[in-house]
Amino acid sequence: MRPANLDLTTPAVLAAILAAAALAASFAAPAMQRVVTEALIYVVVVVGLYIFCGNSGVTSFGHVSFMIIAAYVSAILTMPVQKKHVLLSLPAGLEQLHLSAAPSALIACAADGLVALAIGWPIMRLRGVVPSMATFALLIITHVVAQNWKGVTGGRQALVGLPLDTTLWTSLACAVLAIGIAAWYQQTRRGALLRCSREDEVAAESIGIHIARERIVALVISACISGLGGVLFAHFLGTLNPNTFYLDATFLTLAMLVVGGFRSLSGAVLGVVVVKTVSELFRSLEEGVTLWGTDFAARAGMQEVALALIMLVILIFRPEGLFGGTEIGEILGRRRRSSHSSDATA
Amino acid sequence: MNLLQTAIDAVNLGAIYALAALGVGLIFSVMRLINFAHGELITAVGFTVYALDGQPLVIRLGAGLLAAVVLALLMERTAFRPLRRANPATLLVTSFAVSYLLQHLVVLIFGARPIGVSLLPELSDSVAIGELRLPLLEIVSIAATLALLGGMVFFFRRRPLGIQMRAAAEDFTMARLVGVKANSVIAAAFAISGLLAAFLAFYQVAQSGTISYRMGVDVVLIAFVAAVVGGMGSLAGAALGGLLVGVTSVGLQTFLPAEWRPYRDAFLFGLFIAFLIGRPQGLIFGKAHRERV
Repeated sequence: MRPANLDLTTPAVLAAILAAAALAASFAAPAMQRVVTEALIYVVVVVGLYIFCGNSGVTSFGHVSFMIIAAYVSAILTMPVQKKHVLLSLPAGLEQLHLSAAPSALIACAADGLVALAIGWPIMRLRGVVPSMATFALLIITHVVAQNWKGVTGGRQALVGLPLDTTLWTSLACAVLAIGIAAWYQQTRRGALLRCSREDEVAAESIGIHIARERIVALVISACISGLGGVLFAHFLGTLNPNTFYLDATFLTLAMLVVGGFRSLSGAVLGVVVVKTVSELFRSLEEGVTLWGTDFAARAGMQEVALALIMLVILIFRPEGLFGGTEIGEILGRRRRSSHSSDATA
Repeated sequence: MNLLQTAIDAVNLGAIYALAALGVGLIFSVMRLINFAHGELITAVGFTVYALDGQPLVIRLGAGLLAAVVLALLMERTAFRPLRRANPATLLVTSFAVSYLLQHLVVLIFGARPIGVSLLPELSDSVAIGELRLPLLEIVSIAATLALLGGMVFFFRRRPLGIQMRAAAEDFTMARLVGVKANSVIAAAFAISGLLAAFLAFYQVAQSGTISYRMGVDVVLIAFVAAVVGGMGSLAGAALGGLLVGVTSVGLQTFLPAEWRPYRDAFLFGLFIAFLIGRPQGLIFGKAHRERV
C-alpha cells in the first residue's frame, strides 16, 4: 500500500550528502578515500541495524553476527581455489566453486536472511529485554563457531587473499541502496505497524497487530542489509579473522545508531558521519600532530575513550540522539509549511 | 572419584557464577538496568591489586574492595542516575558505553597486553583427601562464596536496607510511596554489586594469575545468562541461575566429546536461547514483571 504522503526528501537528501562526500574523497589522497569508503560501509551496516532496531524498538546485539556470517560466506565463494585448498578443508564442490563479487554477495545476504528467519521465528514472540539477550547469545555463538570451525572458517587463523572488490563507488552504491530500502520499508504499512508496536506493545496487540510477524519481517530485511555491509568489509580489508567483527564492532555500530538517534533513518546515517569523523580525528592524533610548535601524540586507547565519552554525554543530555527521532524530510517540510502559513497570514 | 571431583568443580564454578549473577541481578531488579560495566568493576579490582604489588595482603585486598565499591557508586552517580527514567534499551546502551570507556581507560594507562600478577600464591597448592586432590583455592573460594551468599541472605531478610531493597525490587513505585528512598536503595545496590565483583576478582586473579583490560567481560556475559535464567528481578533466582549455569558449563566440559569441546560456549548460549524460548520469564518469576495494563 502506498502511504498518503510519501517522504522522498529524506532518502534523497541523505544519498546526496553521501554522494557529495564520496565525490570529494575521489579527488583526495588514497588514505582519505579509504576512510570515506569505510564510513560508507558503516552506513550500510548501521542502516541495516536501524531497519530492525529503529522500527521495532528492540535493541539488537546480534547484527554483527550477520556481518560475520555473510563475510565468511562471501569469502569462501570468492577466494582463489588454490588458497582455499591450502587454508581450509571444504567439500570438493564448494572448494572448486569460484564466483565473482555480485552473485557471492547475493548468496551471502540470502544466507543471512535465512539465519535471521530461523532465529527470529522463535525469539521474536518474546517481550521485554529477552529478545535483546537472545541476540547477544547469537553473537557469542557465531563468534565461537567462527573461531573453532577450522575446515570452513580457518579457525583463529586469518583468511587471506579475498578479492579487493570494494571500491569507493561500490560502497556508495550499496549505501544508497540500503537507505532506499530502509526509507521504503518504514513507509510501508508493515513498517508503520511495527513502529506502532514500538510505541506500545499492548495497544498494538489490542488492535490486531501481529507483533512477532512484523518483527521477523524487519529482522530479515535488516539482516540482509547488515550482511551486505559485512561482505563489503571483507572485500575492503582483503582478510578476515574471527576477531574482525565482535564486541568492538557491536559497540561501534550501536554507538553510531544511538548518537544520531535510534528512531530515525536520518539519525542512523548522520550518526555514522559524526562518529566516524570523531574517531578519525582521534586516530590521526594517535599518529601524532604538531600544534603550535609542540609535538602531541595521543596514546593508544585515546580514540576509544573519547568516543565513549561523547556517546555518554549524548546519551545523558540527549537520550533520543542528535536527531531525536525526526527525519530530515520532516524538518525541511515543516520549514516550508511554516513559511507558507506566514505568507498566508501576511 | 572422578565424578566427585567434577561435582566439586561444578559447585565451585556455580557458586562463583551465582555471585556474578547476583551482582548483575541486583542492579536489574532495582532499576531495570542490565549493567555491562559490571565486568569493569572486576577489572578495577585486578589492576588495583596489581598496582599495590608488594604491599601487605590485607592492604591489597582492602584497596581492591574499596576500588570496586567506589567505582560502582561513581558510575551510578555520573552515568545511570541521570538516565533513571530512560527506557531499558537506552540504559543498556549506556552501560555498554561505560564498559567500553573503562576498558579503554585501562588500555590508555596500562596498555592492552595481559599482565602477570601474583595474588595468594599459597592457595595454589592442593590437598589430598583420600584419593581426591582438591586445589586449596577451590576450597577457600567455596567457603568464602557460601559465607558471602549467607551474608546476603541475612542482609536481605533481616536488615532494614535489605528489606527495602527487596521491596524496591518487587515494585519500585510502590516502595517509594511507602517511604523507601530511591537514591539510597539504588546506591546501596551498586555498592553491594561492587562488593560482589571484588570477591569475584580476587578469585579470578588468584586462579588465573593474569589481568587484562578485558578480564571482566567473559564472566559478565555468563552472569547475564545466569540472571536471565534465574528470572530477572528475582534475587534468589539470580543465585539459583548462577549455580545452574555453572553446573551446566562444567557438565558440558566433562561430557561433550573431545572434538566438540571447543564449542562449549556455543552450546551453553544455544541452551540459553532454548531456555528463553521455553521459559522467558526465568526460573523464579518476579512479581514486578507481570505486565500491567
